[in-house]
Amino acid sequence: MTILLFTAILFLGALMAGLLGSLTGLGGGVVLIPLLTLLFKVDIHYAIGTSLISVIATSSGAAAAYVKEGITNIRLGMFLELATTAGAIAGAFLSTYLPTSFIAILFGIILILSAIMSFMKLKDPDDTGSPGLLSRVLKLNGSYPTPAGKLSYTVRNVVGGFLMMNVAGIISGLLGIGSGALKVIAMDNVMRIPFKVSTTTSNFMIGVTAAASVGIYLKRGYIDPGLSMPVVLGVLLGAFIGSKILTTTSTARLKILFAVVVFFLALEMIYNGYTHKI
Amino acid sequence: MPLLKKKIQDADLELVIGQLLRYGVLLSSVIVAAGGIVYLFRHGGESPMYHQFKGEPSKMKEIGPLWQAVWRGEGRPLIQLGLLVLLATPIARIALSVVGYLLEKDYLYVTITVVVLAVILWNL
Repeated sequence: MTILLFTAILFLGALMAGLLGSLTGLGGGVVLIPLLTLLFKVDIHYAIGTSLISVIATSSGAAAAYVKEGITNIRLGMFLELATTAGAIAGAFLSTYLPTSFIAILFGIILILSAIMSFMKLKDPDDTGSPGLLSRVLKLNGSYPTPAGKLSYTVRNVVGGFLMMNVAGIISGLLGIGSGALKVIAMDNVMRIPFKVSTTTSNFMIGVTAAASVGIYLKRGYIDPGLSMPVVLGVLLGAFIGSKILTTTSTARLKILFAVVVFFLALEMIYNGYTHKI
Repeated sequence: MPLLKKKIQDADLELVIGQLLRYGVLLSSVIVAAGGIVYLFRHGGESPMYHQFKGEPSKMKEIGPLWQAVWRGEGRPLIQLGLLVLLATPIARIALSVVGYLLEKDYLYVTITVVVLAVILWNL
């Protein structure tokens, strides 16, 4: 295979990953790493570095749109970035010392969790109870636009959410994914924030979290331009197309299909890690 | 005539942040695509080697040698430069927020964003 063909196939793969990731809300990184390691036999550290780069691209692109609509809680995002960036840096350090087979197995487990997570019915906690002291001092309580007008919400359990975000950051730096699922759990289930606010705020933070660990991968030589070029461009284009057709297609069936694919990719990652093929 | 000095609000900050993110991603993808064309034109016929980790040469990791290689017209360093622009985008977003919160006189959030910025820059 020549570099030209390799680049073309990788570009198409990344395009599909970006498209499906944005349509299903799972993110592109979850399929990119199995694609690179299982299909293209790329070393897992290269794959993680490449995936992190694409995570910055898609999250920044999408965040630009959400921030403008005023749904994202920027103060909450900034505050929780304290937790995620510190975690991401720790995760990136760990990643270069842990055996690749262990990373592959952990990746598979997180992948299965994310696939299951995408099916959980997330109900908005209609919660206007009295906010805690921390969320008042930090000015985290906010409001967001809905079809029925502006809706106010309060933020609970700031400490618990902060700790959960720290874990999300470690996973992100270690495995090269945005770990959006974990971030949404932290904000949704722990901090009791409306679903729309938690997804967009999580997305807002993912770029910064990834940037924190990319620096470390870059210094150690895990960011390769030949791999990153088709992946970044492919994922960006895919995510862009996805955001355009999102309103016109029903995503329920697509989501099931995608989750099944992710599930089998996860099993294969775990198997390959277990038999030390990765 | 006393000009009504507009108070800087969160909404203004949101608008500027949105613009910054959009243009940062756009600029970086243009640079990456340009570098990609040069790279494929020169090396498209060779074989890819990614099975084993070798690490990148210093011209891909340090800004000085990278910059020189870009000016020599090399494709891979130009792609890498585009990736650096992408990496700089969310970092610039934090730096911008520091300024925004300073103008809002929200010193608690000035501190929070400065710490996040310092943690990231310290590890670059």
